[in-house]
Amino acid sequence: MTETKPARPKTSGAGRTLIVFYFIMTIAALARSIFEIVSHFDVAPLAYVLSLFSGVVYLIATIALITPGRPAFRIAQVAITIELIGVLVVGTLSVVDLALFPFEGDRSTVWAYYGLEYLLIPLALPILGLLFLRSQRQVFAREA
Amino acid sequence: MISAFTTVAVVIAGAAAVVAVVLGLAGRKPSDLTLAGPAVVELLLLAQLVIAIVAPFSGNPPTGNPVEFWAYLISALIIPPAAIFWALTERTRWSVVVVGVACFAVAVMFVRMQIIWTVQGA
Repeated sequence: MTETKPARPKTSGAGRTLIVFYFIMTIAALARSIFEIVSHFDVAPLAYVLSLFSGVVYLIATIALITPGRPAFRIAQVAITIELIGVLVVGTLSVVDLALFPFEGDRSTVWAYYGLEYLLIPLALPILGLLFLRSQRQVFAREA
Repeated sequence: MISAFTTVAVVIAGAAAVVAVVLGLAGRKPSDLTLAGPAVVELLLLAQLVIAIVAPFSGNPPTGNPVEFWAYLISALIIPPAAIFWALTERTRWSVVVVGVACFAVAVMFVRMQIIWTVQGA
């Protein structure tokens, strides 16, 4: 490992709080979707697969945020961008067609209604994440 | 499940979350005071564990899915010790904010546990 280290590790300071939110969303989305898929997949397959997808994106983002180095920085950027697009597309679809992901009968998904079930944290997280990465990019550029 | 206990637990965990986030943002570093909140929350979770084990034997079985309930309870039990441990590895104010976020997550999980235990016809 001959990577240049940033002045302050990403897991320090305010970034630490962001990573905790990502970690909690990873656990919440993965646990929920895996439970739903195992116990009653046929009730709402699309919603559950979307929840699983969001969980995988959160997992990749969490690991990439913790890992130092430029490749991890890029992976975090891509994952968080996909996350932002995902929550906007799924959120908008759920609002346009209210019958698509209803709360009744456990047929909703993590990103439905822009993450309303999770206090809209899924909407705020990718924006804060991309802003955080922008601030980190300066740290990386200075070190290089 | 005892709904009064859940109410008390949610209020205490929520208060612990607010106190830690405020103290953290105000610049307080991890100390006995700022780590007392998550310690109390962990005790509440241990009480919840005892209740969940005893309740079915005293005529109070879950009407919801027990697997989902236990997944929540076991996950919740891990959160406060993890937050305290992480706060001790880095003594900055952001660690206190992290402790607050952890307490908040546990408060939400207490609510979910109550809903799962008492759900009708799942």
